[in-house]
Amino acid sequence: MEKQFKHIQSAHCENGVATSLLKYHGMDFMSEPLVFGLGNGIFYLHIPFLQISGGPAISYRSMPGWIFSRASKLLGVKVNRKKFSNEKEAYDYLNKQIEIGNPVGCQVGVFNLPYFPPEYRFHFNAHNIVVYGKENGQYLVSDPVMEIVTTLSEEDMLKVRFAKGALAPRGHVYYPENVKDVSREQIAQAIPKAIKRTTFEMLSLPGPMVGAKGIHYTANHIRKWRDKLGPRKAALYLGQIVRMQEEIGTGGGGFRFLYAAFLEEASNYTNNDQLLKISDEFTKAGDLWRASAVHMGRIYKGRLNEQKDFEESANMLDEISEVERAAFKSLRKLKL
Amino acid sequence: MKKEDLPQDKSALAHMTRELCYVKDKDGKYSTGLSTGWKVKKDALDNAWEDIHERVKEAALAVKNGDKSPVFYFMELRLMDLAVLSGYTGFWKFNIKRHFKPEVFRKLNEKKLAIYAKAFDISVAELTNFKG
Repeated sequence: MEKQFKHIQSAHCENGVATSLLKYHGMDFMSEPLVFGLGNGIFYLHIPFLQISGGPAISYRSMPGWIFSRASKLLGVKVNRKKFSNEKEAYDYLNKQIEIGNPVGCQVGVFNLPYFPPEYRFHFNAHNIVVYGKENGQYLVSDPVMEIVTTLSEEDMLKVRFAKGALAPRGHVYYPENVKDVSREQIAQAIPKAIKRTTFEMLSLPGPMVGAKGIHYTANHIRKWRDKLGPRKAALYLGQIVRMQEEIGTGGGGFRFLYAAFLEEASNYTNNDQLLKISDEFTKAGDLWRASAVHMGRIYKGRLNEQKDFEESANMLDEISEVERAAFKSLRKLKL
Repeated sequence: MKKEDLPQDKSALAHMTRELCYVKDKDGKYSTGLSTGWKVKKDALDNAWEDIHERVKEAALAVKNGDKSPVFYFMELRLMDLAVLSGYTGFWKFNIKRHFKPEVFRKLNEKKLAIYAKAFDISVAELTNFKG
């Protein structure tokens, strides 16, 4: 029986590619929250000296590519990755994978992605899609953020695979190898390892701008923005925070709901009710992030624009920082 | 977030897809829901575009006033920064900055102009004839 690739819609592109490829290779139990949790997807980082499209560089998730690699490693799977300096080689390699019937993940830039609406086409190069076939010269594409599958022409495919700028994909193609049967016990054993690593990253990494304390760091910056940048630019900065946090790919609430969903699933695997309680804490954090976005929205819509409104935004982030810190501490204390 | 609270506002994604979000169902369990968009983030995106349009307008004015070359204008128009433009052209950032100067730009040879035109997805004539 020939294996059929099945499109799965997900909140986040990398989770989605990982989930659908692992499922294709026989891991029927795989879900987006499980990939995200096992891959230590949740994170917080504010890089002060770097700007992204003229605004603050803030990330709510770990580095592109890490989620799939880390989740795979815990399950004994190897991710085979290839990058190219030569477009022809990259083109041939992809075609060969399709010929032998191996669906692959491709890292692409969205600026030249024709099916994306123009409003979303920035020079963002860490988008991920699955290419699972070719018909009439068109690649069959499963873009995890979309409800249905789509296609790309050869020319467009090459363009998006060789987008330039930060995180340039350089034709990056990847797929899981060596996928074996994984038992429920093995998953239950992998979960504590993943959680331990996540709590370490969110609580113990040095530096004020990383982890749960990093949210507090951003809050302190927000207090200074209005004086330093002027009201208009400061409001634009807040808009950028909201976009990083809520835009397509995050599942809402800056990935916090996704992590809460993982903990719920983890409680199921490990028969530990404590995890459900802590899951609720992350739901609360996600809700607080959404509330903070609403407040920031009032500022960048121009309804509010006093220093006290920026202070209020900062206070909300301080609260989130505390909620997350407490939640990760309870996670760390948990005997799993 | 509860499933019934998932916003269904208009957004730029309307013709592409609804997006998947993680929400709590009636029993308090996690499930997924599809959203057409959320006004709060649509406003953020609209705001970012307003800012881009303003920057492009300013860049056009700078070309018109003879302060900047068309390379600068098209870089802004295509939402690029020096790193992105350097990636597409293979020119050093330092040289691109020099090409922003109208007097340096006027002396660029056809080959370099063609590289810029390709990176901006326009013809050489469109590049050199742009007056702001």
